[in-house]
Amino acid sequence: MNVGILYSRIRRDEKLLLNELRERDHEITKIDVRKHQFNVHDPPAVFDDVDVVLDRCLSTSRSLYVTRFCEAYGIPVVNGPETAETCADKVKNSLALASAGVPTPNTDVAFTTEAALESIENFGYPCVLKPVMGSWGRLMAKLESRSAAEAILEHKETLGHYEHKVFYIQEFVAKPDRDIRVVAVDGEPIAAMARASEHWLTNAAKGAETQVFEPDEEALELVERASDAVGGGLLGIDLMETEEGYTVHEVNHTVEFKALNEVVDVDVPAAVADWLETQAAAEVTA
Amino acid sequence: MANDSTITAEDPLTGDEIEVPADVEVGEIIDSPVSGAELEVVSTDPVELEEAPELEEDWGE
Repeated sequence: MNVGILYSRIRRDEKLLLNELRERDHEITKIDVRKHQFNVHDPPAVFDDVDVVLDRCLSTSRSLYVTRFCEAYGIPVVNGPETAETCADKVKNSLALASAGVPTPNTDVAFTTEAALESIENFGYPCVLKPVMGSWGRLMAKLESRSAAEAILEHKETLGHYEHKVFYIQEFVAKPDRDIRVVAVDGEPIAAMARASEHWLTNAAKGAETQVFEPDEEALELVERASDAVGGGLLGIDLMETEEGYTVHEVNHTVEFKALNEVVDVDVPAAVADWLETQAAAEVTA
Repeated sequence: MANDSTITAEDPLTGDEIEVPADVEVGEIIDSPVSGAELEVVSTDPVELEEAPELEEDWGE
């Protein structure tokens, strides 16, 4: 098959995938989204021969728009624009999970600092303030006191992009010093790891230590339901352990897997390539 | 000196010769061992590097 890769940066993750696909003798069409124009009627010529497109855009806005264009052009793209849209925005992500009955941290959204402060006081301290867009633990705030909350809200209102004036306030989940990342395809786990840190943020991008995690039945079920809730695809599903069981705090749609690949025995890029092959085959028979 | 799995290229920020993996490809991001900067491979024959764009707010997974 001919796999189109949407990108603007080739990270280690993309390199692993490219190598795997080339080893299988698939053709690769690298599509640097910075170099093309996306017309509302006609696709760029670079899409001419692709069987399936894999979105690996690092930029959320590029990912959202180009996957939407692919869909409009009738070019199969994974993940699709609906999944991307739901996962890229923490509000839509939380709503999708909550609507599907998937346990997820209790969350308020408020549009003014006064309303946000009221939410924060209702949640009590600590609670968490997150940007609605963003990754790698950036601009996350654990609020320990009213004075800290007031200061951060003022900073966001004064200095932030308009998206920072959508205040996403979440209960603080008293998890063990780790969270769980499961990479799954259409709800079927490829592999999972725990990310441990003494810091409250346990993102691998923040330097958390990673180790293999074997999901139990409850985790497997939640992964499947969370995947369905956001529209399926190749996803990174993040869970936290609580005394009442797991809670799913986020689903990622352009999932990074290099850290996972280093700690598990599973060949993650090979499993992703297997799934891509099934996606392309499904398009041929559809 | 570069070994079999690496080749040399010029760090565009410092002018130093740096080693990069021999299998680099266009679009790949390299951390310069000299300047510490992120460099983007813009050509592979020969390997040419440019300073990679700054991290933007909506970048991530």
